[in-house]
Amino acid sequence: MGDKNVLRFTLNGRQVEVLAEPRELLVHVLREQLGQTGTHIGCETSHCGACTVDLNGESVKSCTVLGVQAEGAEIITVEGLAKDGKLHPVQEGFMQEHALQCGFCTPGIMVRAFRFLNENPDPSDEEIRLGVSGNLCRCTGYQNIVKAVRYAANKLKAARAQA
Amino acid sequence: MIPASFEYHRARTIDEALELLAKYGEDAKILAGGQSLLPMMKLRLASPGHLVDISEVAQLKELREADGLIRIGAAATETALLHSALLRGKCPLIGEAAAQIGDPQIRNRGTLGGNLAHGDPGNDHPSVMIALGASVIARGPAGERRLPMDGFYRGLYDTQLEPLELLTEIQVPTPPARSGAAYLKLKRKIGDFATAASAVQLSLGEGDTCARIGIALTNVAPMPLRLSGAEALLAGKRITAELIEQAAQIATGACDAADDFHGPSEYRAQMAGEMTRRALAGALERARRD
Repeated sequence: MGDKNVLRFTLNGRQVEVLAEPRELLVHVLREQLGQTGTHIGCETSHCGACTVDLNGESVKSCTVLGVQAEGAEIITVEGLAKDGKLHPVQEGFMQEHALQCGFCTPGIMVRAFRFLNENPDPSDEEIRLGVSGNLCRCTGYQNIVKAVRYAANKLKAARAQA
Repeated sequence: MIPASFEYHRARTIDEALELLAKYGEDAKILAGGQSLLPMMKLRLASPGHLVDISEVAQLKELREADGLIRIGAAATETALLHSALLRGKCPLIGEAAAQIGDPQIRNRGTLGGNLAHGDPGNDHPSVMIALGASVIARGPAGERRLPMDGFYRGLYDTQLEPLELLTEIQVPTPPARSGAAYLKLKRKIGDFATAASAVQLSLGEGDTCARIGIALTNVAPMPLRLSGAEALLAGKRITAELIEQAAQIATGACDAADDFHGPSEYRAQMAGEMTRRALAGALERARRD
């Protein structure tokens, strides 16, 4: 009972293999087994969204998914957003628009914003607010977070127009 | 916060899930989206020895219409309900409720079947399904049973489902032309359970009289409340502002809500009335335009 199983999945484009007990939550597997500590543990009760990761193309709260459920999945965490030393437009937006203060909620919100802009590339401010409504920030008052997501949406749109 | 130890089983088919349930009996729990069960296990309010994961059973994610019935697989996620063109066109009440559940991440995992089977009075789909006159299909060792949602709940976290049964499908009678619906939910912020909520599904007949109506309340009693009295008041009549007012008063009177962080019981009962007033007016307007 509760024996460790070999668990394989793709993390930020890289195949990984870990040993995990069924009761280990995905966020624990990512942080403790794989050392990817960008994904934060906030409330641990699926309210705050600090643990948000991308699982098979959908945003999920990794404190409320079992590690074993990631078997065979594709996972993207905040560590996977930047490419070739260049920040993702969402990350750039958070920097340019001063969308963080203490920074604790930031990785989860950025991973959520990354997926949200895939789902809705040209959102209204209202849609941005609803899109990141599963992520709490106790510092900013959200205003600059909305601006950062808007910045990223514009930047991604410009990149698409060029392509 | 991690759950107590358990064994994990990923089912690929309905039959496989049923075999696992039969094998492990009452020590097994079905894991669908896990958005209620996993938090309970983390708090050690539940400690099943075995989890049977049905979240990847393709058969349980189907959404189709046949013979006047909309049939939804129990493991269809809230996000799938929100994105369904079939539901938007033929039964918008379900998506309207789904949009008011949790937040985007929760909706990506949480399922319709889980929301119904969990038996939490704060869950939104039970009252919606009662208003729609829906039934669920339960499959177990003795075969299949069809259980009307009205009467499905026996109490707090207690349903007609037997331990070895799996809720496989939700069946909703397709609303006819000239139907309208609304789900009005008062909550303090996104992600909260309702302070009070009201689901209305109605259809108009000859001379704009009410041909069919279903009204049910969320989170103002240990179980979802079907407002049979208000339904009887409105059935067969032209719905007027005065009748809506009387129905809202019936809603307030029917409540058995607790005093808790949602507010005092009297406030919640008044809000159930207000939500019913608005849901009836909204559903009526939509039916007239349908």
